[in-house]
Amino acid sequence: MTATRPGAAPLRPLLQATDVSMRFGGVKAVDSVNFTLGEVELRCLIGPNGAGKSTFFKMLTGQLKPSSGQIRLRDADITGAHPHEIARAGVGIKTQVPNVFNALTVRENVFIGAARRTSVKRADAIVDEMLVRLRLTSIASLAVGQLAHGQRQWVEIATVLAGEPELVLLDEPAAGMTQDEVHRTAELIGEINKTHALIVVEHDMPFIRLIAKTVTVFNQGRILMEDDVGRVLADQRVRDVYLGKQAA
Amino acid sequence: MTPVHLSARRRSGLSFLAVVGAGLAILFGAPHLVGTYGLVQLTLFAAVAIFALSQGFVWGFAGIMSFGQAAFLGLGAYAYAVAAIDMGDSTVPVLISVAVPMLFAAALGYFMFYGRISDAYIGVITLTVSVILFQLTNATSGSQYHIGQAELGGFNGMPSVPPINVPGMPDDQLDQTGIWYVAMGSLVVVYAFLRALLASRFGRVVVAIRENETRAQLIGYDPRLYKLLSFTVSAGIAGLAGCIYVNWGGFISPTVFALSMSAQVIIFVLVGGLGTLLGPILGAVLIQGLINAAGGQSAVDPNLGLGIILVAFVLLIPQGLLPTARALLARAGSRKEPARAAAETARPLAAQPLAPETRR
Ligand SMILES: Nc1ncnc2c1ncn2[C@@H]1O[C@H](COP(=O)(O)OP(=O)(O)O)[C@@H](O)[C@H]1O
Ligand SMILES: [Mg+2]
Repeated sequence: MTATRPGAAPLRPLLQATDVSMRFGGVKAVDSVNFTLGEVELRCLIGPNGAGKSTFFKMLTGQLKPSSGQIRLRDADITGAHPHEIARAGVGIKTQVPNVFNALTVRENVFIGAARRTSVKRADAIVDEMLVRLRLTSIASLAVGQLAHGQRQWVEIATVLAGEPELVLLDEPAAGMTQDEVHRTAELIGEINKTHALIVVEHDMPFIRLIAKTVTVFNQGRILMEDDVGRVLADQRVRDVYLGKQAA
Repeated sequence: MTPVHLSARRRSGLSFLAVVGAGLAILFGAPHLVGTYGLVQLTLFAAVAIFALSQGFVWGFAGIMSFGQAAFLGLGAYAYAVAAIDMGDSTVPVLISVAVPMLFAAALGYFMFYGRISDAYIGVITLTVSVILFQLTNATSGSQYHIGQAELGGFNGMPSVPPINVPGMPDDQLDQTGIWYVAMGSLVVVYAFLRALLASRFGRVVVAIRENETRAQLIGYDPRLYKLLSFTVSAGIAGLAGCIYVNWGGFISPTVFALSMSAQVIIFVLVGGLGTLLGPILGAVLIQGLINAAGGQSAVDPNLGLGIILVAFVLLIPQGLLPTARALLARAGSRKEPARAAAETARPLAAQPLAPETRR
């Protein structure tokens, strides 16, 4: 898919957020955001800390109910639906702070992800496949609580993918990973994107360059710009936003 | 499947067979080895062990701070007593003793879990409910408080509750040996049932929700439903324990609802090991044995003694007997699967209410 200009929605978007806002007391963490994602599209979401990216994800997944606005997944209005309902509708998320089952083994974690939709037998097969795909087979019987941060992230990604979601949200998947792990994660995102739509939040610019096609920039709860990756990374406003935050 | 995975599964199967085998050996061996008096004592142990399983499951595996399990024990006991007096034949009353606490728990649980009551408040609410039931039954003195022919009897309770009879034959009542078979048989069945439940998809999701409710939701499970079902199942098991408890004593009084009952079963589970099934059984037998022994002397107040034991355990063996023994065995053994052993000892800790990252 080529660059999507703001407002120029594909014919039948997979995800459409209209005028979505989230207020925490006086703070507008997300402010009248309009966001459209096509089928099997890969979108990167960047922006300084506190820009509202995670809050936006929380609204997409039902962890937060928007103060106003509407979120549609294909033809279904999922605004304010329960997280488990949205998950069942086909949205999976790797959260910024890893959410895993610490006392369970890697295998058990992924099994829980797989078993929601299928029989135990089929789930076991999906788990085996997922462990290989994410290179977790050698640590399959370790408790996830003991693992390093990067491995925990992969366990979480494997658990999410095992549920076969149609839209995958990844909130800072490369954070705390080694260089090798970052490369593997980029490869994996490419693989997932062959069949699934993704939204990836990330700070790591080299990583963004590696994977991105279209990039949406959040700043102070609003969308600053949305364009092809090359143009976004060359944009002076985007540079200012990042540099300004770093200086502050 | 990896070999490690298979061996873990096989080991779990072996431990299951060993426990059930030991249970059956005790079930059929005890009548030959101990006299009637001993059998009556063992029957009480079986009843409290079933009660401990209900607490061990709901708290240790489902992570629900149900701290008033005596409410369900008492409801089961009273439901059996009333129904047995009114119906004559005990078959339906036994089922009622399980069904009544389950219905009550389903209603209470719906209010708590679907009303988004926080974990700590669930502890407070369940405890309060058991106290309310204690007060209510205490206040039923006088012949105006009756259900059918069964007078509730206030704080004096209900004397001479008919024991279980051979199904369909009300006159063929079980003697103390018969009650033993029912009690110990029930313990083995409840243990096997919970093992099967925890090995099923449902049970694995229940434990996953205990570990991280947010993650479970985000992959499509509704924690409220799983908690409601777990809570209800645990109430049914506590009710069965209550039924056996009445059959053991032949009478029932409001003390089944007492705070000390709820506290004792929590102690059984903590001493035996939170997050295990065998642990609560062992804790129940050990502590109940000590309580019985303490009852025969007057040097130490039994409740004070129990308190001291609990404090000592929490300080010295915080994981409980069974996980500690397992960890020691694993260390002494061939160190085949150190990681897996560590995973198992991590379990009870993670079940604690405020484990980092596992709870919102
Ligand atoms: N639960 C909350 N309560 C109050 N303020 C919040 C909450 N969650 C996020 N915020 C605030 O909303 C803003 C956006 O946060 P967040 O979405 O986490 O940003 P990002 O993920 O882009 O770094 C920040 O100012 C943050 O402090
Ligand atoms: Mg964030």
